[in-house]
Amino acid sequence: MGVRQWIEGWPVLRQWSDGDPSGRGAAAKSRVSDELAPRTREADKVVKSICPYCAVGCGQNVYVKQDKVTQIEGDPDSPVSRGRLCPKGSASLQLTTGSARQHQVLYRRPHGTDWETLDLDTAMDMIADRVIASRERGWQWEADGQRARRTMGFASLGGATLDNEENYLIKKLFTALGAIQIENQARV
Amino acid sequence: MGTSFGRGGATTFQQDLANSDCIVIQGSNMAECHPVGFQWVMEAKARGAKLIHVDPRFTRTSALADVHVPLRAGTDIAFLGGIVHYVLQQEQFFRDYLLAYTNAPMIVSEKFADTEDLDGVFSGLDPESRSYDVETWQYEGAEVQAASGKRDQHWQRRTHAGRGEAHGSGGAEIGTEPKRDETLQHPRCVFQILKRHYARYTPEAVEQICGVPQEKFLQVCELLSENSGRERTSAFAYAVGWTQHTVGVQYIRTAAILQTLLGNIGRPGGGILALRGHASIQGSTDIPTLYNLLPGYIPMRHAHSWEDLATFVQGEAAEKGYWGNMESYVVSLLKAWWGPHATPENEFCFDYLPRLTGSHSTYETVMEQLKGTCEGYFLLGENPAVGSANAKMQRLGMANLDWLVVRDFSLIESATWWKDGPEIETGELSTDDIKTEVFFLPAAAHTEKDGSFTNTQRLLQWHHQAVEPEGDARSDLWFIYHLGRRIREKLTAAAADGTQKDADRERDRPVRELTWDYPVKGELAEPDAEAVLAEINGWNADAEPLSSYEQLKADGSTACGCWIYCGVYADGINQAARRKPGTEQNWVAPEWAWAWPLNRRILYNRASADPDGKPWSERKAYIWWDAEQEKWTGHDIPDFKATKPPDFQPEEGAKGPDALRGTDAFVMQADGKAWLYVPAGLTDGPLPTHYEPQESPFPNLLYRQQRNPVRQMMKHENNRFQPSDGQTGSEVFPFVVTTYRLTEHHTAGGMSRWQPYLSELQPEMFCEVSPELATERGLEHLEWATIVTARTAIEARVLVTDRMPSLRVQGRTVHQVGLPYHWGPNGLSTGDAANELASLSLDPNTHIQEVKALTCDIRPGRRPRGPQRIELVREYQQRAGITDETGTEV
Amino acid sequence: MTTAREATDPAAESGYTDHPPRMGFFTDTTVCIGCKACEVACKEWNAVPADGLDLTGMSYDNTVGLGANTWRHVAFIEQRKPLAAQDPGLHHDTDVLAMAEHGSATQPPEAGMTPTTPGSGDDFRWLMASDVCKHCTHAACLDVCPTGSLFRTEFGTVVVQEDICNGCGYCIPACPYGVIDQRPDDGRAWKCTLCYDRLGEGMEPACAKACPTDSIQFGPLDELRERAQQRVRQLHEAGVGEARLYGDDPDDGVGGDGAFFLLLDEPEVYGFPPDPVVTTRDLPSMWRHVGAAAATLLAGAAAAFLGAGKGR
Repeated sequence: MGVRQWIEGWPVLRQWSDGDPSGRGAAAKSRVSDELAPRTREADKVVKSICPYCAVGCGQNVYVKQDKVTQIEGDPDSPVSRGRLCPKGSASLQLTTGSARQHQVLYRRPHGTDWETLDLDTAMDMIADRVIASRERGWQWEADGQRARRTMGFASLGGATLDNEENYLIKKLFTALGAIQIENQARV
Repeated sequence: MGTSFGRGGATTFQQDLANSDCIVIQGSNMAECHPVGFQWVMEAKARGAKLIHVDPRFTRTSALADVHVPLRAGTDIAFLGGIVHYVLQQEQFFRDYLLAYTNAPMIVSEKFADTEDLDGVFSGLDPESRSYDVETWQYEGAEVQAASGKRDQHWQRRTHAGRGEAHGSGGAEIGTEPKRDETLQHPRCVFQILKRHYARYTPEAVEQICGVPQEKFLQVCELLSENSGRERTSAFAYAVGWTQHTVGVQYIRTAAILQTLLGNIGRPGGGILALRGHASIQGSTDIPTLYNLLPGYIPMRHAHSWEDLATFVQGEAAEKGYWGNMESYVVSLLKAWWGPHATPENEFCFDYLPRLTGSHSTYETVMEQLKGTCEGYFLLGENPAVGSANAKMQRLGMANLDWLVVRDFSLIESATWWKDGPEIETGELSTDDIKTEVFFLPAAAHTEKDGSFTNTQRLLQWHHQAVEPEGDARSDLWFIYHLGRRIREKLTAAAADGTQKDADRERDRPVRELTWDYPVKGELAEPDAEAVLAEINGWNADAEPLSSYEQLKADGSTACGCWIYCGVYADGINQAARRKPGTEQNWVAPEWAWAWPLNRRILYNRASADPDGKPWSERKAYIWWDAEQEKWTGHDIPDFKATKPPDFQPEEGAKGPDALRGTDAFVMQADGKAWLYVPAGLTDGPLPTHYEPQESPFPNLLYRQQRNPVRQMMKHENNRFQPSDGQTGSEVFPFVVTTYRLTEHHTAGGMSRWQPYLSELQPEMFCEVSPELATERGLEHLEWATIVTARTAIEARVLVTDRMPSLRVQGRTVHQVGLPYHWGPNGLSTGDAANELASLSLDPNTHIQEVKALTCDIRPGRRPRGPQRIELVREYQQRAGITDETGTEV
Repeated sequence: MTTAREATDPAAESGYTDHPPRMGFFTDTTVCIGCKACEVACKEWNAVPADGLDLTGMSYDNTVGLGANTWRHVAFIEQRKPLAAQDPGLHHDTDVLAMAEHGSATQPPEAGMTPTTPGSGDDFRWLMASDVCKHCTHAACLDVCPTGSLFRTEFGTVVVQEDICNGCGYCIPACPYGVIDQRPDDGRAWKCTLCYDRLGEGMEPACAKACPTDSIQFGPLDELRERAQQRVRQLHEAGVGEARLYGDDPDDGVGGDGAFFLLLDEPEVYGFPPDPVVTTRDLPSMWRHVGAAAATLLAGAAAAFLGAGKGR
């Protein structure tokens, strides 16, 4: 910064030249303040979404810049929520982009004392094998003397936080596998 | 709700609360648990509505109410039954509505005996099997099937005893038209039975049972009565404060009776709003990840000696109303799942559906895990080690598995119990000994995937993907699709290698033949969620999207994954993604997203008009018959055939929807009426009856029968029950406990205890006690307390507050202990889990646990560490004389 | 409650010609449900650090008060006090059909006007109130700031410019409300900016936008004051005699607040000073002297540079 620039930015000078006798208003405005813009303006896109917490179903606008979510706030268009959010909905940015999220598959072997890492592809293959084996071991053509065509070998819990499409595929696949112990939070 | 009105969903929508003249929030803490929905309650208040909050605690909802009624936890049926009594006795019911739209005039079988006759139980109780034979509860001369609930209970009789022969005879089989008495005077008509049943629910009884002064109780009665009728409507909002009891369904039933008597169902500003706690908990029952249902509330198959598709439909479906079309719904579902493999010849693969034998709820699953039958477990966004009753049983079950898959955002307690769970500390489990193989798979967030949530008002709202998930995080759609793909590849390979046994090939056929060819996109090969939605919606033989379930056929020419969602992809457009701003349309906002069924926002809205089709009043007009245009019109889409005139009379022998009269507003019901009395579908009685909770410090003042005789109990050494009033040892657990949520956290904490901004607002587990209880037990504000039940002991910081009032019940003071249930040992904000304390005693209809009312002891100081924790509980059990049999009486 | 008096226009006095109307907050605590959405929405938008995990035992208030890392704070007050029974008397004139035609939603500003108070419990009530920087008409923090970091915006609000603040801390004791605060890690002063960045874009502050019941209302201060007075009248008519405004009076010790409140009890109950006075009441005249001295300085020293510039 040259001396000239420095002195032009000097508050006492600005307060006179900008007509701000108080020296604490227009004259005191810094360059950063002058160029300030909300980060939502910089967003590449605004994606319409729905809050993932409770079942009120508040509308959310998700602001994205360079493939990162930069802000989540209420969608004023929603006739249900009219742009408002509770503390949990307001914390959606932290929920989705915060440091608490795991991004790595973890594996605990039988009798193991700690986590190990595992690549996703291997994990998926191992899980598929285990489902097939447990399904077979727990298979019942009959139960209580009647045809049952089912397996008691594995169970599933969860769904109330998932999408309808996800629940649909869970129910469809597991039922086709013969599993009946399929449950979710609605019961709990 | 399902058994009373026909559908298991909120009858109204949140915005409509603004039209209410009086709102009762009971069994819910709406301002705290649904703050943004609560704006519509505030709107109603702004327009002059009265707000009543009935709750054991003074909460943030009470703070905004006109009247807060503290009552003893677990006594809501007595309270609401008292209002029913008041309404009947003071003739405050809406007579014209009652005659037109309810089963008040129906005559009940003379075999039926009420709790009045049998001192607290209904006819048909078999104490041995702890179940009711429900046959005697039917109408006289007509057998009806329920629209939801336990539809298998009449299977034997419906499919064999005479009914089969009647089929096709063209006449009334066992008579589908129940007898009626329009004067409501017949001693066995529903109205008179109701009057007798609730006669003893007097204001005095309410005071004695609930601890609510008569004056306050009468104030509620008056407010509700004044604000119901032609000109005015009142609404109820409830949540899990009602469902989580051994008589949970009957809590809701009592409200349904009351709202029906007052004529508040199907009308603006009326209804019963079930406030659900998760983004798509309504969706996860509509498209059920539940053992007893198939999509659209079609019951799962039960193992019967001989059953084909026709028998199944005959056994489970109603003759009249929209369930009369059940076969179309079932066949279309089978076509969606097995496509070209589902043919008329093989009954559309009906045999591929696995069969139930009794209950297979999550709590039975734990028992199966402990037995070793269930060896693998998927946890998909759920944390039972904190969120389920008797959390220790959950962990012990998991410790006996071969493998466990946990999909979540962070390392929740259900993923790490094997290294740092409470049983490791007490020595009950040792990490080295636990054989369970655990896979933790990070899940994608809502911003990282496309999909729809169904909110509390049956509204399907689409959320669009904003960004790709990072690292190994994937959507559950991705997980389940690719898991299915791999399994199918492996099973197909096994079938192809020529060595597989025939029985095994047959076993695997449903998987190999499953339609599973969803398009995938992007680098991660994410399945196209909209393609799944299209299948849920369904298509015709020309692969064109369907627009209504009225189009579904039983001949295999239509496919539909969930009949009640049919129309969500009408015209090939994702209707759930519609986002016309609320300010640019009328207050019902029909062009914002899509509600099931068929975008109707208030259910049973035919009842908003009188039998002739005119609004009951101009003030409460909603849907009416336009005689010129010959159709129903109004602010919403009619929940009724649009062109069926009010005076329509069905032809002799008509079936299904065609059998509905022009006044049968409850189109899912077998008789087209709202059920004050439930002749079928419930396991524990046709009328709600006050029973004390499984564990209670008081006797049942109304009957000799203390508890729900058919409540479900899991017998296990880690699930022992405490003695109730009148039994030795009950004084060891003198206080009532109730559990709840706080605004600042979410359920079992997986989405809040890891967030710094939420954790700092409620940083750790606490218990709430009254100043009186604090004095009595020497508890100090902010110091520690230990809360003990027969299951375990937990610790919590103490908040002494007037918000947790002590009540006078039956001449003595009862103290209640409040416990938020969000916490566990992991995350930023930690504490013991309240659900450790609860027992597995369940509602027999829904298999939901009783965590809203139990008993405990509370003492100052932290709980013991290590094995001493178990010692303390054992000492309590001994002092109370608890055995495996305690509390298990019928 | 003075309305006749010509209100001070702080933006105009701070050198902004043709400036937007003075913007502020009206926090109607009678409709607050204590959800703390304001606290979280503020933190998310402004990336304010978390403030530690302490169970305070002050009812449901675990944030304790405003500070460098808490720019919105919800106070909870449990009282053994009965509430005046109120009947707003609006009962029988709601027309559902008309509503249906005009849209059901009471518009947010109107909703905030409505007669709603905590219910008549058995001599018990629970007050909740969301506190924030008052953006005083006469702001002591601004007056004492030696670096020009604190400045008055064109909206009449008071904002810390973090690129300028040197952490001297003079502003901290100057605030009559104890709002502005230093962060221990960098020593700089922080407080509510009334979302200055959002205002420039015509957006409302994050807290007001999130507020589920419109307890926090944002808008031109003149309108808010008028609306608040109407709301108080409405409450008084409904029998809630204790309803009163706090910080709305241009004649008070700070010249009126840019963020003011509707309360149901004495200000002290909510943790507000009963009679705040700008700590720098005498400063304006002092500054005039400083200003004169500066002018003299300018004539001598600065003219040379400027003159040289012009000649280039």
